[in-house]
Amino acid sequence: MSTQTAPPLLSGPELGERLRALAGVDAVRPAAAGDAIGGVSAQWVVEPHSDRDAASLLRFATEAGLSVIPRGGGSKLSWGNPPQRADLLLCTLGLHRIVEHTWADMTVTVEAGCTIAELQRALAKHRQRLAVDPLWPERATVGGILSTNDTGALRLSYGGLRDLVIGLTLVLPDGTIAKSGGKVVKNVAGYDLPKLATGALGTLGVITQAIFRVHPLPAGTQTLQLQPAGLPGMQRTILDLLNSDLPCAQMQACLTSGAAPALYLGLEGTAAGLAAQEKTIRERMQPMPLSFATAEVWRARQDLWTPPKEGVYAAVAKLSVLPSKLMEVAAALDRLAQARQAQWRAVLQGTGIGWLRVEAAEPASAVELFREMRTAIESGGGSLTIAPLPPRSVAAELVNGGATALSAENAIDFWGGAGDALPLMAAVKRQFDPQRTLNPGRFVGGI
Amino acid sequence: MTQQPSNLSATSAAAGVSPAVLAELRSIMGERGLLTAPVDLRTYECDGLTNFRVMPQAVVLAESAAQVQAVVRLCHRERIPFVARGAGTGLSGGALPVADGIVISLTRMNRILEVDLENARVVVEPGVINADVTSRIAAAGFFYAPDPSSQSVCTVGGNVAENSGGLHCLKYGFTTTHVVGLEVILPDGQLVHLGGSALDPPGYDLLGVFVGSEGTLGIATRITLRIVKRAQCVQTLLAAFNGTNDAGAAVSAIIAAGLYPAAMEMMDRLAIEASEAAVHANYPPCGGLLLVEMDGATAEVEANVEQVEALCRSHGAWEIRRAKTAAERTLIWKGRKAAFAAMGRISPDYIVQDGVIPRTRLPEIMDEIATLSDEAGLRVANVFHAGDGNLHPLVLYDARVPGQEAAAERLASRILELCIEKGGSITGEHGVGEEKKFMMSKMFAEPDLETMQRVRCAFDPLHLSNPTKIFPRPRLCGEKGGKYAPHPLETAGVAERF
Ligand SMILES: Cc1cc2nc3c(=O)[nH]c(=O)nc-3n(C[C@H](O)[C@H](O)[C@H](O)COP(=O)(O)OP(=O)(O)OC[C@H]3O[C@@H](n4cnc5c(N)ncnc54)[C@H](O)[C@@H]3O)c2cc1C
Repeated sequence: MSTQTAPPLLSGPELGERLRALAGVDAVRPAAAGDAIGGVSAQWVVEPHSDRDAASLLRFATEAGLSVIPRGGGSKLSWGNPPQRADLLLCTLGLHRIVEHTWADMTVTVEAGCTIAELQRALAKHRQRLAVDPLWPERATVGGILSTNDTGALRLSYGGLRDLVIGLTLVLPDGTIAKSGGKVVKNVAGYDLPKLATGALGTLGVITQAIFRVHPLPAGTQTLQLQPAGLPGMQRTILDLLNSDLPCAQMQACLTSGAAPALYLGLEGTAAGLAAQEKTIRERMQPMPLSFATAEVWRARQDLWTPPKEGVYAAVAKLSVLPSKLMEVAAALDRLAQARQAQWRAVLQGTGIGWLRVEAAEPASAVELFREMRTAIESGGGSLTIAPLPPRSVAAELVNGGATALSAENAIDFWGGAGDALPLMAAVKRQFDPQRTLNPGRFVGGI
Repeated sequence: MTQQPSNLSATSAAAGVSPAVLAELRSIMGERGLLTAPVDLRTYECDGLTNFRVMPQAVVLAESAAQVQAVVRLCHRERIPFVARGAGTGLSGGALPVADGIVISLTRMNRILEVDLENARVVVEPGVINADVTSRIAAAGFFYAPDPSSQSVCTVGGNVAENSGGLHCLKYGFTTTHVVGLEVILPDGQLVHLGGSALDPPGYDLLGVFVGSEGTLGIATRITLRIVKRAQCVQTLLAAFNGTNDAGAAVSAIIAAGLYPAAMEMMDRLAIEASEAAVHANYPPCGGLLLVEMDGATAEVEANVEQVEALCRSHGAWEIRRAKTAAERTLIWKGRKAAFAAMGRISPDYIVQDGVIPRTRLPEIMDEIATLSDEAGLRVANVFHAGDGNLHPLVLYDARVPGQEAAAERLASRILELCIEKGGSITGEHGVGEEKKFMMSKMFAEPDLETMQRVRCAFDPLHLSNPTKIFPRPRLCGEKGGKYAPHPLETAGVAERF
């Protein structure tokens, strides 16, 4: 950590002037009430149009002792603990170009502020896609899904973002512009910093550009719905399918308190291939009821963030366990929720990653329930992290607002335990951001 | 490569390991676990890259994480550098010892600790041989996907350190895709867990950084792997073309058609000749041989293989053979896997390179390599992972002919420069190690390398763990995170940081 004393903290109009001089007049505006993060308001919003400008802004902020909150589409800005300080919001939407889609090499270079939907539309022109299904793709940006590591059910067959990102430009708080990885899918030259920045919630540097490997769009898709009997039946079916020689692109169990669970399988392939796969699954699953479903069911995860009814408070969390423990989690959730008279819903995926929503009349019981769930899950080697409703400023667009169970009075640590490597993580943070310019206090263990 | 192996010069004033420290090592390791006699140490003086050799002060043969931890603690206390070593098959000098340091061999830690088929996880010690993982789970219909050609001898710990690839990583991904958790002894002797058995544990993905860090961030002592269920149907075919350009065009067409092979490999005439001499896979004598494997659900694979065959034919394949039995498939791959070692049949010496290019640049680089080869008067055999643009040019030479070795090294370096010029990489799977560390500054700018070294400073501020590899110059970790660092774009190429 630096021992130098920070220069006097600039603020107000004087600060605005300095920022405009660095990044241009139209790249700076005063922060509005809607720009607050976790209840902490920022002073200025800056929107650089090049990584050079981002670098000058970051270096300036670090030298002036200002804290910076990177922001993409804002859809998951409320993820992470509230920042200890927030002076500048660094918005990446000014960096939104698709730099290069070398479709024959199946890679794409894209700036951080490009939305996922826009990227997918461009890739689809060559019948390709980035094989991820993140939340709110019309709003979510490349930088945002990378920093929050948000992918969906496709992860089962295509891996997570860590497996798809092959190159990255990261601007560090001291103004260093660092590239790592590259444009080729196979590359072991140097440390894998794209993985380090993925899921780091913008606490090490600001992602300005990413290079991904992309995949062909499937010739066709088909969604099947299975109706296993009860949680034990569901668990057995999931494991049977995971451990079979039948490739499922996606797999998710949808559970709701007091209702029969359903299991959805997403298949990909040619018409002949899909028909054959469906037939095989039907035969093997006999006599379990099997029907066709629409692709709409894959929105079930996103629907967990819909606003609760009047007088009810909702909260959502992500969990990760071994696939064989998924239904144990559901059973525990059901038990704990009943004790607290809470309702719950869950979307549990074949990778062992799942999403829970609880609803209660008292905000405290929803938060308490997550605390109990976390204890249970962590003792089995898994994790539970909170995934709040989008901030009010963007909520209207995405989910029409809603009452969140989380608040300053009802706080719960966002991340839970980070294990015995936490001191090492803190050491990495010190190397990249010794002044704690970026997202101070928002990450695990107060990083 | 021609560059000075810097650790040779850097360690001419080697402090060495004192008799007191040796005694302490002996008390940790026991008589059986410590080698100090020059005749014993000689086995460890190089890895698969045999033109770099350094004698270590001692070698410890670890049998447990506790021993590794005790030895590393001692090294930390005494500031003795150490180098982890698996089977020593690395091709970039990663396991090359440091003259004033010790080697920590992990081959005795070779137990498979847990097999959890339900969750497709296997936990191993680092010295487990890659192929032994698959052998252990094959009967249950699973396999461990990363399959380097050296898989019958190399260790999982070495694979983790190099992020090794294999024939099937086109579809299944590299080692990093298949490692979910690690127990690591950090360079100060602390034991930590990176990743876990479930995905996405909270915090930085230090697991992702450790894999591929070539032994510079600590020693992996326990590794949790993800295994894969065998597909319902596997089809392997070989297609003979007149040259690598035709075969390359077929590869592009297969990709463009949205087909997604599990493996797609290519060999040129010289490589085929050598491989045939060694293992008689019965390859057709041709200018460009393409090997393609498709796997998945049966109906899907059948339809796709037809399409691959049609595309090969329309791009000039004059013979196509499909493996009809598992034995035939094994034979097809055997010829490919034996390619490196087979060079010994047609040349006394050779250099293996590992460049990567965007796949579409394949035809042009093949022409350029041919020109370079003519100019240098040296033969170059080509074997490559065509699906992902990973080239293994094999530069053939005779060390007994004065000047040939140097010419071969120049040619090999030139090929890597071509890869960089085409937007590729100097290494796709063999690692930077000792061999290519000076090429790193050609591929990355100084701020890029400096940023990577921040990670090393967090893990190993004293530079004890395989200290001389990967980076052309170590970063002093006392240096400030660069509060007043000049803007990199202003300084790029102008000022040196060190
Ligand atoms: C004939 C032949 C064919 C090959 N084919 C391929 C191929 O197809 N694909 C491919 O990717 N590679 C290939 N290789 C290269 C080599 O086999 C791989 O790099 C392999 O992963 C090295 O494993 P090893 O056990 O021999 O490691 P070593 O050579 O002993 O060590 C390699 C590196 O790993 C470090 N290390 C070893 N164990 C640990 C540990 N437990 N913790 C931390 N660091 C450790 C060492 O310090 C060193 O830096 C081939 C090599 C040969 C000789």
